[in-house]
Amino acid sequence: MDFKSAKELLALCQQEQCSISEIMRRRECELFETTRDIVNHRMARVLEIMRSSATQPLKSPAKSMGGLIGGEAKKLSEHAGKGKSICGEVLHEAMMYAVAIAETNASMGLIVAAPTAGSAGVVPGLLLSLQNHYKISDDRLVDALFNAGAVGYLAMRNATVAGAVGGCQAEVGVAGAMAACATVELMGGTPEQGLGAGSTVLMNLLGLVCDPIGGLVEYPCQNRNAAGVANALVAAELALSGVQQLIPFDEMLDTMYTVGRGMPLELRETALAGCATTPSACALCGGH
Amino acid sequence: MSYVSVFDVLGPNMIGPSSSHTAGAAAIAFLARKIIAPPIKKVTFILYGSFAKTYRGHGTDRALLGGLMGFGTDDSRIRNSFQIADERGLSYEFKPCTTNVDVHPNTVDICMENAAGQTMTVRGESLGGGKVHIVRINEVEVEFTGQYSTVIVVQKDTPGVVAHITKVLSDNNVNIAFMRLFRESKGQTAYTIVESDGKLPEGISEPLRAGPNVHNVMIIEP
Repeated sequence: MDFKSAKELLALCQQEQCSISEIMRRRECELFETTRDIVNHRMARVLEIMRSSATQPLKSPAKSMGGLIGGEAKKLSEHAGKGKSICGEVLHEAMMYAVAIAETNASMGLIVAAPTAGSAGVVPGLLLSLQNHYKISDDRLVDALFNAGAVGYLAMRNATVAGAVGGCQAEVGVAGAMAACATVELMGGTPEQGLGAGSTVLMNLLGLVCDPIGGLVEYPCQNRNAAGVANALVAAELALSGVQQLIPFDEMLDTMYTVGRGMPLELRETALAGCATTPSACALCGGH
Repeated sequence: MSYVSVFDVLGPNMIGPSSSHTAGAAAIAFLARKIIAPPIKKVTFILYGSFAKTYRGHGTDRALLGGLMGFGTDDSRIRNSFQIADERGLSYEFKPCTTNVDVHPNTVDICMENAAGQTMTVRGESLGGGKVHIVRINEVEVEFTGQYSTVIVVQKDTPGVVAHITKVLSDNNVNIAFMRLFRESKGQTAYTIVESDGKLPEGISEPLRAGPNVHNVMIIEP
């Protein structure tokens, strides 16, 4: 069992009468000649690392290797603790986790690239927040990760997830599409709605450049993980409300890839333009 | 074409901050250490391209040293690898090279010396997403990834050596996935690199080493 596009994935879901996550799990078992128990167990370990990387900086914030970030997640937590959050609980907690994972990553902590290290906060951020607020079991969260994996696989197969090739839209954009699709499945939406939500995120982050200060995975990466979560939540809400997208996922992915390859080299992880070359950034990274 | 696994998407499990500059660096050094007899006493890392420019902020230096000490990409000890190397009596040095730009952006030369005084230099490239390959051993251009069980035979470039290698592998029921021969120049040192499906049988290096004109045999298991 394999699929090469979102269209084929949807046809498989229809034919087998099952979810995206189930198709992805069966694919993994068949192509890699392994068992459900083994892949579920491996994914449970992924979830465990995600959770610990999302919560550690709330207890003990650490300064990043490049010194540009550190302590942001704890500030968000304290802000909400005073009852001052304006985002609503689900989004607030999701962005806090996403920001925390960016901190863990930048301080040489253990994370899961999802699909990259720079965008690692988006998928777990949103899923862990939903788990807390909707009392979702770990088993169902593992399912959601297989769903997210299906979307990320399509991006790796048919486009790119490398900032150096396609800009931040390929990293945080794809991570947001993965999170949105997984969220739709988790909240009871259909496979069509899930991939519609994925398409929406790619659309709304289309053209986002990769311009890290000093070439380091710190800033603006951390902010963009928070933005990725918000975009995913917005897209999932649209899809679950029954809003249909005019552009299917496969076409948005193609477009994202084309836009990415058309970006000037300076805006693809080289730190030669964008945020990286603003006067304030140059002053900060003079030592690197 | 190899399939993309769900764990290539949600993975690798790694010490941050960068799959290419941190996880990939650790993976290259992890492979390199298997190409020289232990224990390694001294190592110099020559960094090129983006590695040379951003290695401190990406922890590339800690990751390389950690990988050389056998730490996997998800091993939290990578963070403290300087201290651990000091405790183990491994001396290390990092030399950024910004003059040679005719290399892949994320390239490192790892020059190792072991307790017996043997030296070995290995060049690796980090390709993104934690994927790496080794492209040079000493002065010879090679190519392998370490994703398969790998046999590296250092030999004299002369007739019969490859026949010996394939006979030993065949006698031990090893199925060859890829096999390539690389050489410095005619009649000099050559490397045969064999990648196989499944784990290699225990003790396979002994009969391989017994062949005439075989200098050394190294085994790398994924």
